[in-house]
Amino acid sequence: MSVPATKLNTMNRAHVRRRLRFDSAMTVLSLLMTAAVLVTLGAILVTLLYNGLQAIKPSLFLESTPAPGSEGGLANAIFGSLVMTAISVAIATPVGVMAGTFLAEYARQSKLAEFVRFINDVLLSAPSIIIGLFVYGVVVLGMGHFSAWAGIAALAIIAVPIIVRTTEDMLSLIPDSLREAGAALGTPRWKVITYISYRAAFQGILTGILLAIARVSGETAPLLFTALNNQFWSTNLNAPMANLPVVIFQFAMSPYEDWRSLAWGGALLITTAVLALNIVARLSSKGKRS
Amino acid sequence: MSSDTLTASAIGTSERPSLGDQPAMPEKIGVRNLDFYYGDFHALKKVNISIPDRRVTAFIGPSGCGKSTLLRSLNRIYEMYPGQRATGEVMVDGKNILKPNADLIELRTKIGMVFQKPTPFPMSIFENVAFGIRLYEKLSRTDMEERVHWALSRAALWDEVKDKLNVVGTGLSGGQQQRLCIARAIAVKPQILLMDEPASALDPISTAKLEELIEELREEFCIVIVTHNMQQAARASDYTAFMYLGELIEFDTSEKIFTNPSSVQTRDYVTGRFG
Amino acid sequence: MQDIKKTSSVMTDTPKSHRRSRGLNWGDPFFKSATFLFAMLVLTILSGIVIVLFIDAWPALKQFGPAFIWTSSWNPVKDSYGAFVPLVGTIETAVIAMVIGVPFSFGMAFFLTEMCPHWLRQPIAIAIELLAAVPSIIYGIWGLFVLVPIFQKYVEPFLIATLGSVPILGHLFQGPPIGIGVFLAGIILALMILPFITSVMREVFAAVPAVLRESAYGLGATRWEVVWRVVLPYSRVGVVGAVMLGLGRALGETMAVTFVIGNAHRLSMSLLAPGTTISATLANEFTEADGELYTASLIALGLVLFILTFAVLAIGKRMLLRTSGKGGLA
Repeated sequence: MSVPATKLNTMNRAHVRRRLRFDSAMTVLSLLMTAAVLVTLGAILVTLLYNGLQAIKPSLFLESTPAPGSEGGLANAIFGSLVMTAISVAIATPVGVMAGTFLAEYARQSKLAEFVRFINDVLLSAPSIIIGLFVYGVVVLGMGHFSAWAGIAALAIIAVPIIVRTTEDMLSLIPDSLREAGAALGTPRWKVITYISYRAAFQGILTGILLAIARVSGETAPLLFTALNNQFWSTNLNAPMANLPVVIFQFAMSPYEDWRSLAWGGALLITTAVLALNIVARLSSKGKRS
Repeated sequence: MSSDTLTASAIGTSERPSLGDQPAMPEKIGVRNLDFYYGDFHALKKVNISIPDRRVTAFIGPSGCGKSTLLRSLNRIYEMYPGQRATGEVMVDGKNILKPNADLIELRTKIGMVFQKPTPFPMSIFENVAFGIRLYEKLSRTDMEERVHWALSRAALWDEVKDKLNVVGTGLSGGQQQRLCIARAIAVKPQILLMDEPASALDPISTAKLEELIEELREEFCIVIVTHNMQQAARASDYTAFMYLGELIEFDTSEKIFTNPSSVQTRDYVTGRFG
Repeated sequence: MQDIKKTSSVMTDTPKSHRRSRGLNWGDPFFKSATFLFAMLVLTILSGIVIVLFIDAWPALKQFGPAFIWTSSWNPVKDSYGAFVPLVGTIETAVIAMVIGVPFSFGMAFFLTEMCPHWLRQPIAIAIELLAAVPSIIYGIWGLFVLVPIFQKYVEPFLIATLGSVPILGHLFQGPPIGIGVFLAGIILALMILPFITSVMREVFAAVPAVLRESAYGLGATRWEVVWRVVLPYSRVGVVGAVMLGLGRALGETMAVTFVIGNAHRLSMSLLAPGTTISATLANEFTEADGELYTASLIALGLVLFILTFAVLAIGKRMLLRTSGKGGLA
């Protein structure tokens, strides 16, 4: 029995066709957008690779930053970045882990915990140049001069919220029954946390630290007026210290060809390190997904 | 109804129903007028029960009846959570453990607990068993190994893990993990074992093994087991307490509870009229 | 196991020599206090930032008062400073970044959640998250060396020729095509925050219950309609929250913008003209600023930026919290 083709039916069919056409158009549009974005971002990496690889030679790692017009490398900047990153994360890790522990194990859903979480997230997304200003006001003015220590302080402040967040997230994943099993044995609370909770969340907390390292190694703004830069090789933490991001900033904006080439090289180094750390962090957290 | 005399204040062995040819055991845990609250919710209402030593006592009842709550009051594990509190008395070996200044650590050495979901710590099998021991005793390497061996054997797990003591605890099967948790609990030589639905996450074969184990452990420990599996309670326990809506309805030998209970409610539950 | 049972009699009480001494439990209160202290440290840092910025900016705040915000002069010689030009630049670049970035982010999130074949989903999602991790300075130098010449030679002349003659709108696209300027800075910024907003949007979309989607499909809705009419309204608050977070990042971004904005303290109708943002001004001028008022004014700029981003981030956070109900424990 066929349904009589009323006016409503024919209208419906046209309407449906229009909807489907619109859907196809949107589909294509979103596909194009995704492709455009991925291609552009890919182009960035390709350019980075192309220009950066040209600067990769042994001298890059062995010689310090040169005066314009002469040959040189980025040794002092690489060293400075490594040292400042390492120390700042070393300082930020216990602070972050302890604060995250407080949120996940003790305070949990209380009002205080919500407040701390909120403030922590604000710090996480705060403009890093403001943090540089803050450290300038406290450390640089306090010490009377720019120094690597100031840079370390700024980077640590950037790293702490990341570690707090990941530590809390990881500890929250551990079921309370594990904690109860420890308590039932008579284990004091702090041992339940350190021997059982930390062990169970170890992989995740480590991932958080890796991500913090990755973030910190790319930061330029907070170093601009704390650690400043140093044209020469220096291991003195009490004085301005060379670092990759600020060197890239200076050299890229300059009119000198060899400086710009070094800037690309440095950019490639940083990007490689950051991507490698992120990939490692991702892989290790995947393995834990059991 | 005879159930009244049983629930009111069954303290001495003379007043506890006898298990036939088996000798009567002294009271190990005496619960007197226990009330328990989750916030404002009155979860346990004036519970009185006398749990004997070296016997298996089962708590049964429908979901929400308070059997797990009662079990967890016995070692005060509920104190981990704010808003949960108990009033009344719980006498263990004659001492009221609900008193605020009662020694919690000593309590937890005397009472071991096994949970519904196996909870091996994220460390090796050896370390899991040694963990509790290390809290209280300083043993030499050989003494520790001996003790771990003993605990794993008592828990019927030694033969299966003796070659892989360094494997992480979570690498075992469900049934093995649960036996590991039992080994961990008895390694500190408690006198009482609390088990909260220990077999509900296990397959039937592991469950049978576990019930065998409980039968053996009964010779040394006072065992209290919460179960929603009535057949298990009938099989594995000497005494059974039936609870409903926070009250202890009937407490008697398991044989009586499951064949000829005194209370109508007990009969209805045990025969499956409700659950 | 019989032999073990026999030896069980050996396992009696631990001799006193073996027992661990169990004095008062110092560990628990100490550890708890320690974690509490470090948590408070986080709060202290934030309040410290506000206090220090305020104190160091005081000379400027005292001198200029609230008029600082709408004064457009910036003259180190005459010691006269105002936040208006950098503030406008900050907001302009961020708005451009949002206007371009949000639709693209939405398009990508739509593609990833509804249309992308399953095997491709994870790789693209991972690629986006990795790109979100690339430091902003990389975007900056790429913009400087690659995009500027392209914009100079092709894009900007094209825009001036076409949109430049359109009434009203045309005023935005005037002037010499020098490449660098507010427009390009906005585009670089858009590229930079795209991965971030896309990830958050994706998460928000994924949190929509499957049954809701299924019901819509079951009624015969097309993919676009499901997202536009069901998923989006359901997750509206979360999406706005994601956009606010992206905006917060865009406002505070320094390195992506500084290379290409031109660093000129000039207000101009045209988007193609050079300008400056608060963070770009700070990056370029802070180390060379001499004179108390100059430095204080720069810090006052920082304070303005901080308050602005704090407000935006706070609003965005609250919106996200209201949707996902995050903060739950296992």
